[in-house]
Amino acid sequence: MDKTSKPFFLRYPSAMIFILCLAGFTIAVTIFSESVGNGIVSTSFLKTLGKTLCFCLVAIAMDLVWGYCGILSLGHFAFFGLGGYMIGMWLMYARTELIVLKASAGAALPLTPQELTDGIGTQIFGVVGGAKIPAIWAFADSLTIQLILVVLVPGVLAMVFGWLAFRSRVTGVYLSILTQAMTLALALYLFQNDSGLRGNNGLSGLQNLPGLEDAAQADISLWFFWASALALGLGYIVVKLIVESKLGNIIRGIRDDEARVRFLGYNVEAYKLFIFVLTAVIAAIAGALYYPQAGIINPAELAPIASIYLAVWVAIGGRGRIYGAVIGAAFVSLLSSWFTGGQAPDIPLGFYTIKWVDWWLVLLGASFVLVTLYAPKGIGGLFDKFGWGEKP
Amino acid sequence: MSQRMLLEVQGISVSFDGFKAINNLSFNIGPAELRAIIGPNGAGKTTFMDIVTGKTRADSGDVTWGSKNVSLLKKSEHEIASMGIGRKFQRPTVFEEQTVTDNLMMALRNKRGPLDALFYAFSNDDQERVQETAEEIGLKDHTDRLAGELSHGQKQWLEIGMLLAQDPRLMLVDEPAAGMTGQERDHTVKLLKKMAETRAVIVVEHDMEFVRNLECKVTVLHEGAILDEGSLDHVIQNQEVIDVYLGR
Repeated sequence: MDKTSKPFFLRYPSAMIFILCLAGFTIAVTIFSESVGNGIVSTSFLKTLGKTLCFCLVAIAMDLVWGYCGILSLGHFAFFGLGGYMIGMWLMYARTELIVLKASAGAALPLTPQELTDGIGTQIFGVVGGAKIPAIWAFADSLTIQLILVVLVPGVLAMVFGWLAFRSRVTGVYLSILTQAMTLALALYLFQNDSGLRGNNGLSGLQNLPGLEDAAQADISLWFFWASALALGLGYIVVKLIVESKLGNIIRGIRDDEARVRFLGYNVEAYKLFIFVLTAVIAAIAGALYYPQAGIINPAELAPIASIYLAVWVAIGGRGRIYGAVIGAAFVSLLSSWFTGGQAPDIPLGFYTIKWVDWWLVLLGASFVLVTLYAPKGIGGLFDKFGWGEKP
Repeated sequence: MSQRMLLEVQGISVSFDGFKAINNLSFNIGPAELRAIIGPNGAGKTTFMDIVTGKTRADSGDVTWGSKNVSLLKKSEHEIASMGIGRKFQRPTVFEEQTVTDNLMMALRNKRGPLDALFYAFSNDDQERVQETAEEIGLKDHTDRLAGELSHGQKQWLEIGMLLAQDPRLMLVDEPAAGMTGQERDHTVKLLKKMAETRAVIVVEHDMEFVRNLECKVTVLHEGAILDEGSLDHVIQNQEVIDVYLGR
């Protein structure tokens, strides 16, 4: 019962090991980066690593909602994408504003506010045949407000969706299907040109930071890598604190026997909603860090398959273990970009050549089935042997 | 009805697809009373508990609770549980992947909101209560074990212990002695009697020997209605009871 007497990292050695590994990794990558180091890690690979850290963060959220609370949400990538859209709106608007102002710098008269707005509107929405700035872009010139919206928009969506679903006691595969429908509906809506978010063009040029035109991509990429590492570390600690608290006991109880928790006097729906909204917000923060590194976001990112991949990462990494989610997301997503990037050697069989670009999904699907059947604890389960005294 | 009743069930009926599981059933229990409910399979014993605890909605009738006669029919399971009605299931249901201590700690009477749980600190008082309860249910030396590792009888006790920790005013206990050895049964009888000194306890049980040892008033259910009520010796002499239940 020394749970409360020792400091956080001594109570939970796995968290300490994780944070040390993450810090070591961050320092190593920094040393080898093009920006401050010797350039062994190219800027494009640095972006890949930064994006991978964001995947790890959203995987932690997925592990909390699925691995610990037992809600198999197949829609958390919608929140990830929405977070990206919210920050993307500011990045695109603010940069376009600067471009329009710069273009008019030589003119005799400064632009009127109306001319400026029209200029920005034409620049951003010309591609979907419009020039007017839609109402949802009302706050796009304010970084502060868009940052708040990164959390608020996905949070409110998760709250409304979760409240409706949990109140009706929708559970199991039915809930999974509903979450798939949610992300599909959102993607289909965003695909429309009059959705106000540039339809299937999505938002682009997000890798450029407004006002920092002179900064090199090597530097910007490193900043985002640091920010992603920091967010992942904080996210890990927050989720660890939650699963080790009494709240963690209760959500694991909900996962294993929902009715029992109810008869103990706990409002199961309120707990599910709390975890659903919290993880949606974590996913949104991860998305807001991811898309500036990816440079572009379009509605295809919110396709139902993306959320399924997320569940696959967590399953392969080992659900019910936070480090399992991180390992699964990092391992599978890096492997995926290796296979689909054409770097993996094709296997000639004489009569047929296995091209990994096509066959990677088959391999991934097969490993998912195998892990589910034969190693339900995933890769993270291997670490159980070390006996860190932490029960999943 | 009298003011002294803790739970009053008045003429409730419920049917599933035309089958009348509970048929105009009325039932009362006082604030410190031990009661056994017996009856053949399908008599409506579990459905009765489901209605009282809010799991199943009654088609008609009313269930009122406490001195203020609050109706329980529109309340959800967790609200009813927080009002002081605890339940032990037929199959022992404990959180198998968590320790005995954690199982008991979750049951303790504390604020039940998500944020209360997040910032909850396992105080010395609460730790003592968990220790006391573990001692009472004979699991003092097993507090750090996972509940899933316990024997069947120990799981039954752990669930009774969770009820104790909840400190309810009414306990609904479904087949507590199932899968227990003779010695364990005796201990369970003692526990139930002791609990009934300060609160109402309703025990559903098949085992006549066990019911006899409880030395309490017995209610016989049959086809969703009360067939007879009284001491065990009284009801087992009722010809109807013999026909539907004891004689088989």
